Amino acid sequence: MSFEQTLARLEQIASSLDRDDLPLEEALRLFEEGIAKLREANAALGEAEGKVQRLIEGASGVFALEEES
Amino acid sequence: MFDAPGSSPDQAFGVGELTTLVKQALEGGFPPLWVKGEVSGFKRHTNGHWYFSLKDATGQLPCVVWARETRRIPAPPDEGMAVFARGQLTVYPAQGKLQFMVDALEAEGEGLWKKAFDALKATLDAEGLTDPARKRRLPRFPRTVAVITSLDGAARRDIEAVIRRRHPGVHLVLIGAVVQGEGAPASLVAALDRLARWGGADVAIIGRGGGSREDLWCFNDESVARAIAASPVPIISAVGHEIDVTIADLVADLRAATPSVAAEHAVPILAEVQEQLRRLGGRLADALEDRVVAERRALTTQLERFTLRATRMVERRRARVQQVAGRLEALSPVATLARGFTIARDAEGRALATRSAFAVGATFDLLVQDGRVRARTESVHDDAPHLPSRA
Repeated sequence: MSFEQTLARLEQIASSLDRDDLPLEEALRLFEEGIAKLREANAALGEAEGKVQRLIEGASGVFALEEES
Repeated sequence: MFDAPGSSPDQAFGVGELTTLVKQALEGGFPPLWVKGEVSGFKRHTNGHWYFSLKDATGQLPCVVWARETRRIPAPPDEGMAVFARGQLTVYPAQGKLQFMVDALEAEGEGLWKKAFDALKATLDAEGLTDPARKRRLPRFPRTVAVITSLDGAARRDIEAVIRRRHPGVHLVLIGAVVQGEGAPASLVAALDRLARWGGADVAIIGRGGGSREDLWCFNDESVARAIAASPVPIISAVGHEIDVTIADLVADLRAATPSVAAEHAVPILAEVQEQLRRLGGRLADALEDRVVAERRALTTQLERFTLRATRMVERRRARVQQVAGRLEALSPVATLARGFTIARDAEGRALATRSAFAVGATFDLLVQDGRVRARTESVHDDAPHLPSRA
C-alpha cells in the first residue's frame, strides 16, 4: 500500500468511526486497523535521508544511480 | 601605354574571373549586415534551402537561406511579411546574380516565433495533446522525483534546495540534458526516454532557468512536446520565468512558473504531512472515546431501566400480597370472634350452624376470641333472631 493509499484508508476509518450506527466490535476492529496504519505512515515518513543521485545508462541499457555530492 | 586588365580586347576578363573578382570586392566591402524589407516570392527548395526576395518601394534583393541555417529560424516567413534579415552580400558567380546569404531572420514583433508556436500548438491541439482532461494528477507523496535539466544549471540547484527544505526524505534523481542550442531537443527527448525506460520516478520536473527566447526555444520543439505528452511519469514543466509560456508547458501535466515553484508542487512539506497524521490519530482516539462514553451511557440507562422495572415488580407483588392478606383476614373466623361472635363446634371440630346440629344434653365447644368454652345444649328453639350470614 502506498503512502497515499494508507492516508486515504485512515481518512476512511476516521469517517466510519464518527458514525454511531457502527457495531461496537466493528468500531474496535477499525480503530485497531487505524492505529496500525498510523504507525506505518509515521514509519514511512521517518525513513532515511533522501539522496541526490544521477541516472546513468550503461551500454546495454542498464540503469545505475550514482551519488551526487 | 597603360595596360590595365579589361582595358582592351587583349586584356579582356574571363566571365568567371570577373564575377569572382566582383564577389571578392562585394564581400570585402560589405561586412555581415542587417537589411529590412518585405518578403516576396518565397520558395522552399527540395534540398532544404529557402529562396525569396526582399523588396521595398525602390529596390529588390535576392536572398537565400541555406538549409542548415533554416533550422535556427523558428518558421519560414509569410509572403509580404516585413522582416529583418542578417547576412552576407555576395555574388552567385554561376548566374552572375547578386545574392544575400541570410543567417538570421526576424519578423517585426513576435512574428516568426509566434507563427511557429501557433502552428505547433494548433497541431497538438488538434491531436488533443494539450487537452486539460489529459493532464494527470500528481502523486501527493512522491518518494522519488526525477529532474531533467542541465546538471550544472541554476534550475537544478533551485529545485534541490526547495525539495530539501520541504521534505528531506524525498529522493532526487537527476537526468542530465542539454537545455539550449541546436542539440537541446534531441538531448531532452533522450532524457525523457530514459526517464520512461528507467521507471523509478513518481513524478518528473523538466525545465531550465531563465534565458533569451532563443535559449528557451528547445521547449517549443515538437519532438520534445511529443515526448512529454507520451511520458508514463507525470511531468511538471518549469521553463524560465513566470512570463515564459512554452509548448512544453501546454502538454505537461502541470505548468510551474519557475523551477522552484515546480519543486513546491512536486513535494509536500514534511511537517504538514506529520501534522495531518497527528490530526488523524486524534480523530481516531476521539471517535473511540466518544463511542466508549456512548456505550457506557447506554449501559447505565439500561441498568437503571432494569432496576426500576424490578422495583416496580416487587412493589406490585407486595401490594397484591397485602390485598390477598386483607381478604383472607376478612374471611378468617378469628376476625369474627374478635367482634364478639362465637362459633360452636362438636368434638370432631365440625361447626354447629343449625338447630338440628345441636342435640339436647350433648356437649360442644364454643370458640371465643381468646380460647374455648365447653358448653351443653339445654334446649333448642326456633325463635332466636337470625344472625347475619357473614361479617
